[in-house]
Amino acid sequence: MPLSDFQPVIGLEVHAQLLTNTKIFCGCSTEFGAAPNQNTCPVCLGLPGVLPVLNARVVEYAIRTGLALGCTINKTSVWSRKNYFYPDLPKGYQITQFDQPICEHGTLTVDMAEGEKVIRVRRIHMEEDAGKSVHDASASESLVDLNRAGVPLLEIVGDPDLRSADEAVDYLKALRDVLVYLGVNDGNMEEGSFRCDANVSVMRKGATAYGQRVELKNINSFRFVKQAIEYEIARQVDVIESGGKVDQETRLYDPNKGVTRSMRSKEEAHDYRYFPEPDLPPLHVTNERIDEVAKSLPELPRAKVTRFMSQYGLPAYDAKILCAERPLADYFEAVAQHFKDYKRLSNWFLGELLRLLKDEGGTVTTLRFSTVQFANLLGAVEKGTISANAGKDVFGEMFRTGKDPEAIIAEKGLAQVSDVGAIEAVVDEVLAKNAAEVEKYKAGKKQSYGFFVGQVMKAMKGKGNPALVNELLKKKLGD
Amino acid sequence: MQLTDLTLLELAAKLASGEVTSVEATQACLARISQVDGKVKAFLRLDERGALAAAEASDARRKSGNPHGPFDGVPVAVKDIFLTEGVETTCASRILKGFVPPYDATPVRLLKEAGMPILGKLNQDEFAMGSSNESSAYGPCHNPWDVTRTPGGSSGGSAAALAAREVFGTLGTDTGGSIRQPAALTNTVGLKPTYGRVSRYGVISYASSLDAPGPMARTVGDVAALMKVLARHDPLDSTSAPADVPDYLADLEQGVAGLKLGVPREYFVEGMDPEVEASVRSALKEYERLGATLVDVSLPHTKYALATYYLLAPAEASSNLARYDGVRYGHRARDVKGLKDMYGMTRDEGFGPEVKRRIMLGTYALSAGYYDAYYLKAQKVRTLIREDFTKAFAQVDALVTPTSPVPAFKLGEKVNDPLSMYLMDVCTLPCNLAGLPGLSLPCGFTKAGLPIGLQLMGRPFDEAKLLRIARAFEREHDFTRRLAPI
Repeated sequence: MPLSDFQPVIGLEVHAQLLTNTKIFCGCSTEFGAAPNQNTCPVCLGLPGVLPVLNARVVEYAIRTGLALGCTINKTSVWSRKNYFYPDLPKGYQITQFDQPICEHGTLTVDMAEGEKVIRVRRIHMEEDAGKSVHDASASESLVDLNRAGVPLLEIVGDPDLRSADEAVDYLKALRDVLVYLGVNDGNMEEGSFRCDANVSVMRKGATAYGQRVELKNINSFRFVKQAIEYEIARQVDVIESGGKVDQETRLYDPNKGVTRSMRSKEEAHDYRYFPEPDLPPLHVTNERIDEVAKSLPELPRAKVTRFMSQYGLPAYDAKILCAERPLADYFEAVAQHFKDYKRLSNWFLGELLRLLKDEGGTVTTLRFSTVQFANLLGAVEKGTISANAGKDVFGEMFRTGKDPEAIIAEKGLAQVSDVGAIEAVVDEVLAKNAAEVEKYKAGKKQSYGFFVGQVMKAMKGKGNPALVNELLKKKLGD
Repeated sequence: MQLTDLTLLELAAKLASGEVTSVEATQACLARISQVDGKVKAFLRLDERGALAAAEASDARRKSGNPHGPFDGVPVAVKDIFLTEGVETTCASRILKGFVPPYDATPVRLLKEAGMPILGKLNQDEFAMGSSNESSAYGPCHNPWDVTRTPGGSSGGSAAALAAREVFGTLGTDTGGSIRQPAALTNTVGLKPTYGRVSRYGVISYASSLDAPGPMARTVGDVAALMKVLARHDPLDSTSAPADVPDYLADLEQGVAGLKLGVPREYFVEGMDPEVEASVRSALKEYERLGATLVDVSLPHTKYALATYYLLAPAEASSNLARYDGVRYGHRARDVKGLKDMYGMTRDEGFGPEVKRRIMLGTYALSAGYYDAYYLKAQKVRTLIREDFTKAFAQVDALVTPTSPVPAFKLGEKVNDPLSMYLMDVCTLPCNLAGLPGLSLPCGFTKAGLPIGLQLMGRPFDEAKLLRIARAFEREHDFTRRLAPI
């Protein structure tokens, strides 16, 4: 059982594409999916003579992220060039931040299997993305698409505080939730707008020094993050257990084979020859600017869950699901303005609303009915105007048509019968029809009670007020 | 007197009065070019059609009474380092052969907006690396005062075209002296503006933190006129200064009475040509006679400027030139095996020896393990050099020094001795390290008839004062009206 003798140590570097309309150093669109090289200009193509001009929105988003993660925002940060040759890197260097990034020394608190854990965020810096090489379009040539070149990225570098693949995934999900909440990133791993590199090492339990770390590049789904890290931990343990030494290298995860393979060793490692970017002056941000951004910060996921529990008296399970996405949480609060039985409301959200959204598509922002209509429906159920089951049918109809719940109830004749006389007549009729069963019941066969309820409801086409039906039945049966 | 012998301001006056049309002036330039440029080689390529079309448009504006400012119709030409939309731009390198830019550099755009026809692209050292114009991939440029000699570099073509009276004004760039040194060697006037005063957008970068585009012309007034067109804040250049732009022609004749001129002792270097030194000393006396006070000043870190420059400039160049990789434009090597081979062969075939030398120097200076010892140290020395100037300018209005330690040397004389070539910029490059304005103006001739240049350096954004000081000296002499024997 060699694995359990070892302690994995993991640190993640996350690249998050910022949700700006234009690129970081020019006015080109950042829209995904345009025809190759359509979103380009002399600046992002790296033509001779071009110069970068910083997009102010990128700085705002970086500060917003830094504040949300409790970072220090550096009043002065510096742009650097990272030099290397690659066909999809138009200038032969990437403009990034190196020794003086905009944000440093933050933390992210994450709920993990063993409870709450604080993961340190070492730094956050801004940089430009590179383009994309297309190798499969032609047998003899590789093509280059520079639409992505110059798209703004944040790189969020975490300290090696994670101790398992599961913790890494928990951290990554929590980080993604924060970025999406902040409105700075769309969290889309498939399109590569949220991607990560993992630094993985193992050390014998009780050891004080970290083992040799291996960098896993560009992992693009939560599942692959878990698989790649688990594979890599096992591989490193194997190497050590068989008397070998883990090499410092960069590896790629192959999701088809489920293995990592070497991309380059330390000997082949790039010398990026970083130096301060002379085309961009150092970036200065004022306290006023930071305060301004701080004021615009939204409530973050964890704080919202806590507030939902205290303000609406919801259990943690409900609060977490409602707060998983900001639009859902916002929508809950909007309906809660008009309907005060919050637990019942939450049940409808977690049950009917999410089920319909999942089955029939759409989001809470595209619903056809208003918050007031939603609240009115729940009011009708609460008051007993309709049964809970009928309520679900009405809700489905509202979902599809956007009609008023009152109109649907009237149209379908779903209003519950609460007239004592009317119910009593039906109860009497049912009991008379089933005199033999009544005898047996009175003699002690109590399990047939449900049968009587069913018969009454059936006779009333489901519209009998259940409370009254029960009350009258029990009275007549002599209970 | 030929039309092409006029100064820029004289031509502008004749265009304004209707005595001459822009088409006539442009044709006169083209005729002069076809007459002498076979010997001078100032032009890498002409844009005859573009220039004449611009001249016709200018004449039409004149006729309708709507000229684009006072210099509308005056023909100019630009160093091949400036991007010109639709006109091949190579920076005198093989690697950019055939590259036709889709946009204009900001200084080019400003010339066009001022209505000035652009005759073509001027010779230079490849990627502005050199002090003799001999590193041009398309052959050297020759000095109109003696065609066996260099016109200086890297803006050799911009200087020679003026001295040969092929054009009325030109654009150059100055990273370590590339406007001032050729101006000194060709009896022309060149101004390296304060870093950030003239936009670098569309100017092919050599060393971004040092590069300064600027005007060259035959007289001080002409340079002031061009500065009026070029000095502008440019939102496309993040290092462009938002400072106010003065009227560079307004105070030109104010004289130097009451001004304090500093004479930094470190600039009268050993090995300086005695005739150059004598000429500069006599110019200093003249300034005293005109009412200026001479102040002996010291810039103690000057001796480190050359070493600092040759670490910083190649470091930036090694990065700036990485984009010339054969992937997207320009030259690409044929018959290559794979990507690495394509990069290597393309760059080997495309770059000349001086460019390769500087890329190697810069790559080394930036490498992990050497960064602190070279690049970082050089940045610290750069700060000291800047502080020297700040201290000096607390005492004086401007500094007066030689521009080049020697007059124009023979083509081929230093081409195999890079270190001796680098010494050609020893008087000019501290000014770039400090980002200050510097101007070179004619101050005499050697017995052999070679021009000698005087350098003025000023406080940041004090170009107007430098022009005024230069004009005060020019007014006393006929140097800038002497014609090169070509």
